Amino acid sequence: MGVEIKVEKINAWYGKTQALFDIDLNILANRATALIGPSGCGKSTFIRCLNRMHETLPGARVTGRVQIGDLDIYKGTSATQLRRRVGMVFQKPNPFPSMSIYDNVAAGLKLNGFSNRKQTDEIVETALKSSALWDEVKDSLHKQSGASLSGGQQQRLCIARALAVQPEVLLMDEPCSALDPISTGKVEELIFQLKSQYTIVIVTHNMQQAGRVAEFTGFFLLGKMIEFDKTERIFTNPSDKRTEDYVTGRFG
Amino acid sequence: MRTPLNLGMDELRQRLLHMGGLAEQAVDRACQAYRERDLARCQMVLENEGLINAAERDIDELAFDILARQQPLAGDLRFILAVTKINSDLERVGDQSVNIAERVMDMVELPAVQLPVDIPRMAAAVSAMVRRALESFVEGRAELAQAVLEMDNVVDRMRDEAFILLVKTMNDRPEVTRQALDALLVARNLERVADHATNIAEDVIFWIRGADVRHNVGHGTNANTGESVKE
Repeated sequence: MGVEIKVEKINAWYGKTQALFDIDLNILANRATALIGPSGCGKSTFIRCLNRMHETLPGARVTGRVQIGDLDIYKGTSATQLRRRVGMVFQKPNPFPSMSIYDNVAAGLKLNGFSNRKQTDEIVETALKSSALWDEVKDSLHKQSGASLSGGQQQRLCIARALAVQPEVLLMDEPCSALDPISTGKVEELIFQLKSQYTIVIVTHNMQQAGRVAEFTGFFLLGKMIEFDKTERIFTNPSDKRTEDYVTGRFG
Repeated sequence: MRTPLNLGMDELRQRLLHMGGLAEQAVDRACQAYRERDLARCQMVLENEGLINAAERDIDELAFDILARQQPLAGDLRFILAVTKINSDLERVGDQSVNIAERVMDMVELPAVQLPVDIPRMAAAVSAMVRRALESFVEGRAELAQAVLEMDNVVDRMRDEAFILLVKTMNDRPEVTRQALDALLVARNLERVADHATNIAEDVIFWIRGADVRHNVGHGTNANTGESVKE
């Protein structure tokens, strides 16, 4: 099941450049939360702070507190331990090109030292079913490489790979920006179904997508979170003029 | 910036204003026809109804196109929704004007009688409501729209008084029952026009403030959250 994420005073830097300023946010469990804002506003940096990917870049650092369920992720939690509980899907589908579909999904399990074949089979099947890809690939799991799938199928494969380690949180950084409308529809339908089991945070440039999949939306601008509210409110009657100007396309 | 959305909304605003002008003219002509027992004006109201109906279809079509292709949000989305609802109300104002004209055509066939109701005064109040509701839309001023809501009670009282007096007239002077009934129906039509003007004003407030003030709920507050709305 998904867990709540509590963010307190997160600041992030790339070298001397500050990218995030005092972000406070509570993300509810088993809900989809969308982060929107113009390019460079800090929304992707923010979700990379939720799985400690930001700090892996040279010169990058983070201050503040992030509590994911019972884990205080910047205090006494290893990145490996964290990433078992927080899966991530990126803008561009990135299956391991030399691996079969099966091995792609099982990769995270193997990295974590899991070797029971029968259980791995079951987990791979469940993950592919959860990502709505099973019916399309069940006959070629070992024969076909992940890279030979279509873009939309590759993205669902990456979602299956993230789900296989049974995380509680799924971070998605513009997961549909490289997909056609049919594949986008399938991924959105998936997000809609998955949120009953996972806490989902999705960064998107597509406001209609945020409106379709997310219960809550946060608007970022220049590294600050300007407004966070129910999606319905953000898109029909935002409180802050900067949010209104952004969602109505008057800037950004 | 002149985006397709901005251009579409400007066009929608222009078309609605044109339709508002037609609807306002229809009410004024029907009321003038009542005052002057003028069959020619009645005929004009009936003939212009087709223009109002055509304008309603044009506005709906454009709004539908903008919603489908531009997918507006926030204030823009509220504007389009408000326009589509105002559009329906204006069309109904046209229908009520036709009803009044038809009553006048019936009355003109009967002897003129003195009735104890001041329909022209009620008509003036109703016309002012329609005019002010449209002004509030043109100027985007919620406070003007708020004033229209307050005028509705005055018209309701005029309608109630007219009912009481005209029913008494029918009892006391059965020979003028048909004229009194026509006047009573005209009073009811005028009151319905006032209701449509009220709806228009409520839609303007929804567009400007994001507040749902229909049915006397949420004056000055957001209907979803109960919070005070921004000006």
